[in-house]
Amino acid sequence: MSTIVADDHDLHVDHSHDGPVKGWRRWVYATNHKDIGTMYLIFSLAMFFSGGLMALIIRTELFTPGLQFIDPAFFNQMTTMHALIMVFGAVMPAFVGLANWMIPLMIGAPDMALPRMNNWSFWILPVAFSILGSTLLMPGGAPASGWTMYPPLVLQTGDAFPFLIFSIHLMGLSSIMGAINVIVTIINMRAPDMTLLKMPMFVWTWLITAYLLLAVMPVLAGAVTMLLTDQFFGTSFFLAAGGGDPVMFQHIFWFFGHPEVYIMILPAFGVVSEIIPTFARKPLFGHDSMVYAASSIAFLSFIVWAHHMFTVGMPLTGQMFFMFATMLIAVPTGVKVFNWTATMWKGSMTFETPMLFSLGFLFLFTIGGFSGLMLAIVPADIQYHDSYFVVAHFHYVLVPGSIFGLMAAVYYWLPKWTGHYYNERQGQIHFWLSTIFVNMTFFPMHFLGLAGMPRRIPDYSTQFSDFNSVASIGAIGFGLSQLLFVYIVYQCAQKKGPKATTAVWDNPQGLEWTVPSPAPYHTFDTPPRITSSTAFS
Amino acid sequence: MIRKIYMGVFALLGAANANADWTLNMPKGVTELSAETYEIHMVVFWWCVGIAVVVFGAMIYSIFAHRKSKGAVASNFSHSITAEIIWTVIPVVILLIMAVPSAELLIKLEDTRDPDLTVVVTGYQWKWHYRYQGEDVAFYSSLARASVAARRRGSGIDPETVENYLLEVDKPLVVPKGAKVRILLTSNDVVHSWWVPELAIKKDAVPGFINETWFSADVVGVYRGQCAELSGMDHGYMPIVVEVLEEDVYNEWLDRQKGSPNVAADGDVR
Repeated sequence: MSTIVADDHDLHVDHSHDGPVKGWRRWVYATNHKDIGTMYLIFSLAMFFSGGLMALIIRTELFTPGLQFIDPAFFNQMTTMHALIMVFGAVMPAFVGLANWMIPLMIGAPDMALPRMNNWSFWILPVAFSILGSTLLMPGGAPASGWTMYPPLVLQTGDAFPFLIFSIHLMGLSSIMGAINVIVTIINMRAPDMTLLKMPMFVWTWLITAYLLLAVMPVLAGAVTMLLTDQFFGTSFFLAAGGGDPVMFQHIFWFFGHPEVYIMILPAFGVVSEIIPTFARKPLFGHDSMVYAASSIAFLSFIVWAHHMFTVGMPLTGQMFFMFATMLIAVPTGVKVFNWTATMWKGSMTFETPMLFSLGFLFLFTIGGFSGLMLAIVPADIQYHDSYFVVAHFHYVLVPGSIFGLMAAVYYWLPKWTGHYYNERQGQIHFWLSTIFVNMTFFPMHFLGLAGMPRRIPDYSTQFSDFNSVASIGAIGFGLSQLLFVYIVYQCAQKKGPKATTAVWDNPQGLEWTVPSPAPYHTFDTPPRITSSTAFS
Repeated sequence: MIRKIYMGVFALLGAANANADWTLNMPKGVTELSAETYEIHMVVFWWCVGIAVVVFGAMIYSIFAHRKSKGAVASNFSHSITAEIIWTVIPVVILLIMAVPSAELLIKLEDTRDPDLTVVVTGYQWKWHYRYQGEDVAFYSSLARASVAARRRGSGIDPETVENYLLEVDKPLVVPKGAKVRILLTSNDVVHSWWVPELAIKKDAVPGFINETWFSADVVGVYRGQCAELSGMDHGYMPIVVEVLEEDVYNEWLDRQKGSPNVAADGDVR
């Protein structure tokens, strides 16, 4: 709040109370939640294309058996960097960008609670990813031990090793600050009368996500710090020769890693919970039970981590516990899927691009959920583990899950951000191309995994050729389709489409639809009243 | 596609395939437990298909019936405790139905007692070492020469012409049919994972620790697998080949090994 007062003072002379400062200062010194949100979204889009380029290098090499383009060492660098960039650079910052833009607008707050920290948490990211990206040029190359960084293999990384650790520390720092900001904003800055259970689902899922981030990012920081001291300071946390245990790293990593997968999907749950009611013209079914389901998923995510490790040699009772706990996640996840279906039921649906992406999410994320249930069954998981079946599973929950959720969100709120509609026809073409190619890329991977193809290999035996070729063509198609997305968003940002109304869509619910389109630089200087058209339950 | 047709023609002519054909599903395998694993995989799969038919069916029906362009008018319901209870309880029941046989099979998979033969398997970057406990037989098992020559970038060798490309070794693990073979796994450097799909076992080889698993193959034959845990640059080039022989043939093989210089060189390793 004090920031806004200060800005008013600085700009008093030229009487531009509301407008942003001109030039680079607007972005470097940004404290406005909308500016920071925009920067997060643009940054994550750039990372999405960087990580995507690496995915295309991987898929190009895997098009046919034999090595044609790259060597195994570089292949491993690509798989590692692809994952790190997509997880920490694309998906997570994109959701933080959405949180920055939308949470204040949805709860009727003038800005995020901690605007200067907000600035810092964003500007750390370009630094972190410059460091990570620069490892590609270092002796020994970029990290090549997978994003999971299992020791002892990760300790064989060349000069890149300390830079890998440091960049992960920075990403963690950024995420923790972002999470604190979200929590403080939601707890303290809601409009009067907006009780917790009246909050929109996107705000709810982000609140839960932020607590997950706070809980697990320090755990990751601890794990990688132990790697650092094992490498440089003679400790043996993970080295058996010194009394340590390599498997302990896996336990600590996945204690972070499993909540991490919900960090990447819960905000997408929130997004589709906003979009489906709007385009079904019907309130979200079971708002409160959706909140309880998301909370249950978050709680369970802390007690299922070892299902990533069923082959490491755990005691039988341990395997049993983690199998049953993991299967239990299907229950709250099922509740969410059923509630979305019930929201559509007897609605009056139209199928604009945000709705199409939400429906794509609903179907394809559920397929990822099914393979997740299969993976929970330990005897079967022993066959699936570290095969392409797993690759298919987590790409189904991440690409048509998280990424489709993000695409849906961008199309849904873009008219509010720019004041103009995007080109609806092009948006729908983007959806159909993405959906066709995403399935073409990842569905055959189920077959490859079941047939016995391990993940993270640069070359494969000839019986895996056909499905790999299909997947590679799909991947290239998917990558090219995303250029259309950039074009559509760019056109919309250039205000090429028709002017958007205040409501944008057909009577959507929520405070963000009560401010003009485009949303003014400062919104809700005075807290709004919650009326029946903006209330939730 | 051309390859598929080509392979099909070969199959029709009854010619022996140089390479395995493509498949869609998990192999049933050649052990009792691999068949049971396949069974449970299929049971869970069909449950998923059943649930998908119901859930996707409802979604698709709704998408077509409840659309504005067909004049659908939105109702305003947003709660139903009955519905919520039903779709919480039914999944729990389905999960219990899946959990019981899974747990039973898991108990059998972990029962490594009373083996007929114990082999110590050690992972190296990037090959495997096998030592037959109590038999004074031990050897390394590395990628076969034909694959080594073909795998290099710019080798000019078409992988299609190499028999069992990347899935052939110079010296396979040999075990007798029907024997309960206990596998003790460890590693000399980084974490590896020993996976043979048709034996339905996969277990990590962790440096400094010993893991155990077991199998008992019912069918004579050659079974191929690969390292499943990323183990560095040549992780993709350390296949596993298990040859299952009739017991008497196996015994002859074992006797031959005991005199071989290979043993003298490597017998003491780990």
